[in-house]
Amino acid sequence: MTSYFNEMYQGHSVRAPYARLQDWMTAMPAELRQMKQAEAEALFRRIGITFAVYGEGGDPDRLIPFDMFPRVFSGAEWAKLERGIKQRARALNAFLVDVYGRGEIVRAGRIPARLVYLNEAYEKAVVGIVPPKGVYSHIVGIDLVRTGPDEFFVLEDNCRTPSGVSYMLENREIMMRMFPDLFRENRIQPVDSYPEILRRTLASVAPQKCDREPTVVILTPGHYNSAYYEHSFLADLMGVELVEGQDLFVEGEFVFMRTTEGPRRVDVIYRRLDDAFIDPLCFRPDSMLGVPGLMDVYRSGGVSICSAPGAGVADDKAVYTYVPEMIRFYLGEEPILNNVPTWQCGKAEDLKYVLAHLNELVVKEVHGSGGYGMLVGPKASADQVELFRARITANPGNYIAQPTLALSTTPTFVAEGIAPRHVDLRPYCLVGERIELVPGGLTRVALTEGSLVVNSSQGGGVKDTWVLAE
Amino acid sequence: MLLTVDHVTRYHYDQPVRGVVQSHRLMPSLCAGQKMLRWKVTVSDGQMGGGFRDGAGDWVQGWTVLGPVNEITVHVTGQVETLDQAGVLRGHKELVPPEAYLRKTHPTEADAALIALAEGLTPQQDALAAAHAVSARVSDAIVYTPGTTTSQTTAAEAMALGTGVCQDQAHAVIAVARHIGLPARYVSGYLLVGIDGAAHDAAHAWAEVFIAGLGWVGFDPANRCCPDDRYIRLGSGLDSAHAAMIRGTTRGPGEESLDVSVTVLQSQTQSQTQQ
Repeated sequence: MTSYFNEMYQGHSVRAPYARLQDWMTAMPAELRQMKQAEAEALFRRIGITFAVYGEGGDPDRLIPFDMFPRVFSGAEWAKLERGIKQRARALNAFLVDVYGRGEIVRAGRIPARLVYLNEAYEKAVVGIVPPKGVYSHIVGIDLVRTGPDEFFVLEDNCRTPSGVSYMLENREIMMRMFPDLFRENRIQPVDSYPEILRRTLASVAPQKCDREPTVVILTPGHYNSAYYEHSFLADLMGVELVEGQDLFVEGEFVFMRTTEGPRRVDVIYRRLDDAFIDPLCFRPDSMLGVPGLMDVYRSGGVSICSAPGAGVADDKAVYTYVPEMIRFYLGEEPILNNVPTWQCGKAEDLKYVLAHLNELVVKEVHGSGGYGMLVGPKASADQVELFRARITANPGNYIAQPTLALSTTPTFVAEGIAPRHVDLRPYCLVGERIELVPGGLTRVALTEGSLVVNSSQGGGVKDTWVLAE
Repeated sequence: MLLTVDHVTRYHYDQPVRGVVQSHRLMPSLCAGQKMLRWKVTVSDGQMGGGFRDGAGDWVQGWTVLGPVNEITVHVTGQVETLDQAGVLRGHKELVPPEAYLRKTHPTEADAALIALAEGLTPQQDALAAAHAVSARVSDAIVYTPGTTTSQTTAAEAMALGTGVCQDQAHAVIAVARHIGLPARYVSGYLLVGIDGAAHDAAHAWAEVFIAGLGWVGFDPANRCCPDDRYIRLGSGLDSAHAAMIRGTTRGPGEESLDVSVTVLQSQTQSQTQQ
């Protein structure tokens, strides 16, 4: 029986960050809790925050379950995480500038050439292009798990368009409305500056040819996208336009947006659209979602695209293994946050180990996301294990494996009362002229007892994440 | 050799379109054996957009035309002095690592028939000989026959047909070369054709294969040779779509028809000596 680190309790005593929650928890009668839970749900409904789940069908406007029990970090715990996250964001961006430039890290033999240059996410079209301020990934979402008081591991990096930050903001908003007393009793660092910092970050990477206050827009694939709510939410909070491809057009050296007062030049595009779709003249010719000619304007310095096309090669799951190496190579520092030990099935000896230990390991697709195409060995049926054995054998390079981590738990409201459930954390690091991180992030919780899969697409929920002021 | 190029592409729309956006690879490569004496690209009613040299060394130039228009004309004229480099691309500045050209694309996917063309080749021992053999085998397997394939035909489909044009043959060379571990790419350019050659042959395509120690080497399976001083190199890519001289799109419902004429002529050598 594995023992899990409970973030609230150490033996029978309550850990300091959670001290004030003990009374709150015990003082709340079941009826009040149910009432509050219903109230929270009504608030989420009213705001309209829903999550459509890819490939699952059913109600596309399903609410993502919200758990009222907050997840808490002390100021000191956070300070270390913050240093580690910023370090990682710097290294990932240095890597991107390098592999689209001279490729020193490959020449130095620190990462295999094939892994980088044959990667599907490597965009030959942006080789030699250095984006403003040398930043490729402006919003870096780093997924972390905890296994002990001082043990944190990075599960994966998200350098393209990490989603979920709207939940970080909404969860806080709702907790403050429902439990104002809690926010008086605890010194909780605010997260509501995120949209303003995001706007400032985007404006700070305006292109060379921009000689005035930059115009920033969010480019969305449209309301069929599962994260459309977040796109419009962020546009609202930042006070920028939310546009679709058809609202933008290229003329001469610049990109313009159609407005009721005529065309307006656009300087920075925060795109929530994959590389393949952003410009049919450069990438997929059949894309109707993008802006024809956008890449020529981008590459000649007329517009900035955030994250920059090609950023995905840094968050590939096989490249992930080399992030500690990147930190040493570019920054000359030791990694503050550890990677999870990872076996690459593309390597013969790793493959052998993985196939022999499928029952113990978590197996992931290199390009998968959202918890799809994943095997959790200890929880899987014999059929599922055999299915994965066949898939891995057929295409080993497409899979990595990691040990099943003993994810920490935090108290969570469940039908029977309060019980520990496993959690992870995704903070959102903003990289522009400066590197900034609001104190908090999205805590995801696996609501099913014993489950280690926290993905919202797999029945996970979310919690408000507190960082206490020292 | 002194080559004079005149290349006209006329797009006609059956009803006026609101606008046109294009991305061009229409400038001669900066490399040994190609000296640009004059070169001009015009787009009727066009506004020149952003231009830049990409990581593969190509000059990419954006253009936009504000509609409504029924027709636009892209006109390329120029003169280039060429010298035979025996097919080797020399003095060409590029940053994209050769490994990036091992990636498969749909039109260059190698099927069993294409893989069979690699039989017995030993690129580890002599990569150059292997590349020559690939090009020769493709010339035999896909016989140059205009009109049997389209711009969408894949290497595997042309292989099954046994016929095709320069695009199909180049795709096939690329597919086989990558299969045996040699980076390969698609090159578009112009070719001086003999008096017997038809005008459309002058807009040409061939393949380049990366040979360690030598660099990129051109192979033209359509003419069973390596590019020499009859060739003008413009740009390259993973396949024909990535290396296209013109990629464009229109706004509005107009149906497009296309008319291309290319002439490449050899001029008398200008032996004007400046007194």
